Amino acid sequence: MMAAARGALAVLTFLVLATVALAQGLEPTLPDPVLEARAQELHKVLRCLVCQNQSIHESNAELARDLRNVVRERVAAGDSDAQVLTYVVARYGDWVLLRPPFNAGTMLLWLGPPLILATALLGTGVYFVRSRRSIPDMKPLTSEEQARVAALLGEERQG
Amino acid sequence: MRPALAVPLVVFVVVAIALAVGLGLKPREIPSALIGKPVPTFALEPVQDFGPGLSSEDLKGQVAIVNVFASWCVPCRVEHGLWEEVAKQGIPIYGINYKDTPANASAWLKQLGNPYARTGADRQGRVGIDWGVYGVPETFVVDEHGMIQLKFIGPVDRAALETQILPKVRALQAKAGARPAG
Repeated sequence: MMAAARGALAVLTFLVLATVALAQGLEPTLPDPVLEARAQELHKVLRCLVCQNQSIHESNAELARDLRNVVRERVAAGDSDAQVLTYVVARYGDWVLLRPPFNAGTMLLWLGPPLILATALLGTGVYFVRSRRSIPDMKPLTSEEQARVAALLGEERQG
Repeated sequence: MRPALAVPLVVFVVVAIALAVGLGLKPREIPSALIGKPVPTFALEPVQDFGPGLSSEDLKGQVAIVNVFASWCVPCRVEHGLWEEVAKQGIPIYGINYKDTPANASAWLKQLGNPYARTGADRQGRVGIDWGVYGVPETFVVDEHGMIQLKFIGPVDRAALETQILPKVRALQAKAGARPAG
């Protein structure tokens, strides 16, 4: 009984360690932890071309792995962050940047939401200003009107 | 009707048209950053038994098709027959063999025939990255100055060949021919 439990524990330990090894071991990282950290930050802003809305940091696609290594190589070669991004954009276009740059092609993307919000606010403002104006000017009641109001209210109280 | 009442209708129509156009777009087809740019500099060994190798210098001096293929790529098998036809028409076509093993690539060309005037084996996929390749097959049309003029993503079928690729090749050939030599 004890032996079986110990055996099961050993198998479980092996499986857990094997998973960790799989996750860590396949991809060589840069020996310098500072450079590796910089490379990984760059991985996070680059979009994976195969799985589209993942960054290459998150993706398991083979091309994402190749691109991670390209980024590591450029970082190790002494490129600045901007130079690395330029290197990748030159090959795959602005599309690979998860945060697209502001230019003629992306103007609508960047300005669209604030524009729609501004239009909505303006429309709401105009609506309220107009509706207030449409209330007729208030004049004090004439004595006849006051008498009528009193009569009506009196009727109600009695009834 | 007051003009202000037409505003929601106009907004609706504009949004509906924009969304309808958006539905027709293919998000998998990422426009190439390399159109109108020179081919990246590279020099590759040939696929085993299918020499000579391929380099960027080979892509200058004539309008050519560059096809990125791999033996592990199923759609490549579908389009392969069309490249045989294109080669028979005398249009130079070059093959970049992407992330393949020499034995598999060689067996593939032996089995299906070799339409490529030259082949280059890009075993690490680094030349592919320089070309902006993100899926195989991909096909490029390169003009006589070695400038990339067209990229087609995915398997080429007859319709794509006849409405996109061959017209581009012919137009570029006509342009190259019309220019005085020198």
